[in-house]
Amino acid sequence: MPDFDSGSLAWMIVASALVLFMTPGLAFFYGGLVRAKNVVSTMMYCFAAMALMPVIWVLWGYSLAFGEGNAFIGDFSFFLLNGINMTSPEAGSEIMFVIFQGMFAIITPALITGAFVERFKFSTYLIFITIWVTLVYAPVCHWVWGGGWISQGVFGDQGALDFAGGTVVHLNAGAAALVAAWMVGKRRGGAAGTIVAHNVPYVILGASILWFGWFGFNAGSELAADGIAANAFLTTNTAAAMAALTWLVISGLHTGKMSAVGAATGAVAGLVAITPACGWVDVGGALMIGLSASVVCYLCALGMEKSGVDDALVVFGVHGIGGAWGALMTGVFASEAIGGVKGLLEGNGIIVLEQLVGIVATFLYSGIATFIILKVLDVIPGLGIQEPENIEMSGLDVNVHGERGYVSDGAD
Amino acid sequence: MIKIEAIIKPEKANSIGLALEEAGVGGYFLSNITGKGNQKGVEVTTGRGTTKITRSSVPKTVITTVVDDSQKQKVLDIVLEYAKTGDGEIGDGKIFITKVDEVIRVRTNETGKEAL
Repeated sequence: MPDFDSGSLAWMIVASALVLFMTPGLAFFYGGLVRAKNVVSTMMYCFAAMALMPVIWVLWGYSLAFGEGNAFIGDFSFFLLNGINMTSPEAGSEIMFVIFQGMFAIITPALITGAFVERFKFSTYLIFITIWVTLVYAPVCHWVWGGGWISQGVFGDQGALDFAGGTVVHLNAGAAALVAAWMVGKRRGGAAGTIVAHNVPYVILGASILWFGWFGFNAGSELAADGIAANAFLTTNTAAAMAALTWLVISGLHTGKMSAVGAATGAVAGLVAITPACGWVDVGGALMIGLSASVVCYLCALGMEKSGVDDALVVFGVHGIGGAWGALMTGVFASEAIGGVKGLLEGNGIIVLEQLVGIVATFLYSGIATFIILKVLDVIPGLGIQEPENIEMSGLDVNVHGERGYVSDGAD
Repeated sequence: MIKIEAIIKPEKANSIGLALEEAGVGGYFLSNITGKGNQKGVEVTTGRGTTKITRSSVPKTVITTVVDDSQKQKVLDIVLEYAKTGDGEIGDGKIFITKVDEVIRVRTNETGKEAL
């Protein structure tokens, strides 16, 4: 449990608010990428996570992630935050830690939704993320940050490095996204690759909010207002810029047009990849991670378009692969001068193996657990929209939420 | 009286509108539409800026005006002049002309030519 001085406490309050703001940013990012008839539905998947996850977090989510428990999962000792110091003058540290970590539990399930937008049953979605955050997010969070087996190290004393959630948040969500997109099936009414973003300004707005909020996510994960937090801020910004630039150039060379959606996606890919690394690498490492992440994720996005799985908004390509790549590169570029741990370039090859263990374990656990959860939910109450020919084709906004994103009736 | 509907490139709408006003045409309206003519479509980027595809629906603007027969040639000359790209290119549009039986101004109940 961290012990915040007043400066750090002030920073963590701001950082927590920044992380929360990423989820509506994600809503705009995803909302702009879908078709106009599904913009409300797509944004509601994200907003609903803001409504549901904080409730679960204070009930049992925090306890399962950070309760002592065993190497695999926490326990119910902090159920309803019982046992958390709420009243003494020093209480700020514990409460702030609960709040900050809770924000991560909001955005992680929201990230998954990009894979199954435009066709996933909303009520089933609410049940799905409730179960998922309990049985997938909380354990993986416990492994890495809650004193579980990955943090203890497999080959040595130093466990896998994940500064701000490259595996816990991004790879975890990306693996679940791949499974979910495959299980719910393809979108109707637009052969893969023919659906274009309906609102590119929303995509730019969303990516910018994500970039902004990510400073809380990454620099806040230092859990202190100090030099490492400042370094994390710098590496985050640098990697995001480098990745956006790289994607812009690649898409220009490849398609002949420098795509705005591409630049936004590149920025997000860079942010994802620097997430596990931001407190362990220097600015040179950040440039390399940003550049390489864009190349890897671009190829992945291209590959996903040609694959049979309709991962609608390339969550696996950007967050899954980007998160895994960033985790691996953390092991390569970690600098003793920054975070006190040597990486492969400084002669510490073991850390790359630890990173690989973290990546493979997260991917397999998240993928398999998500598969089982969705298999059960597919029986009761069903994953996809019922009467898809009617409801999915005319859009989820009107049929599921009774609202439209853009009202242009003459009478208005 | 006749109705002239010209499907044009959206970027030509302003200059045609101005020329019509200068020529004394009482009014017109613009509608932004999408559709497909004899041309093949328009190229757009999809995915995450990763793929180019051809979409068959092309954005166009319809400029619609109803004028007295005597003004017909003037309006057509304006559209034909300003809607052309250079000496004329594929996608410059089409003009449809139909007869109008009656025009009524709601405010005054005037009919015919006076109502235009």
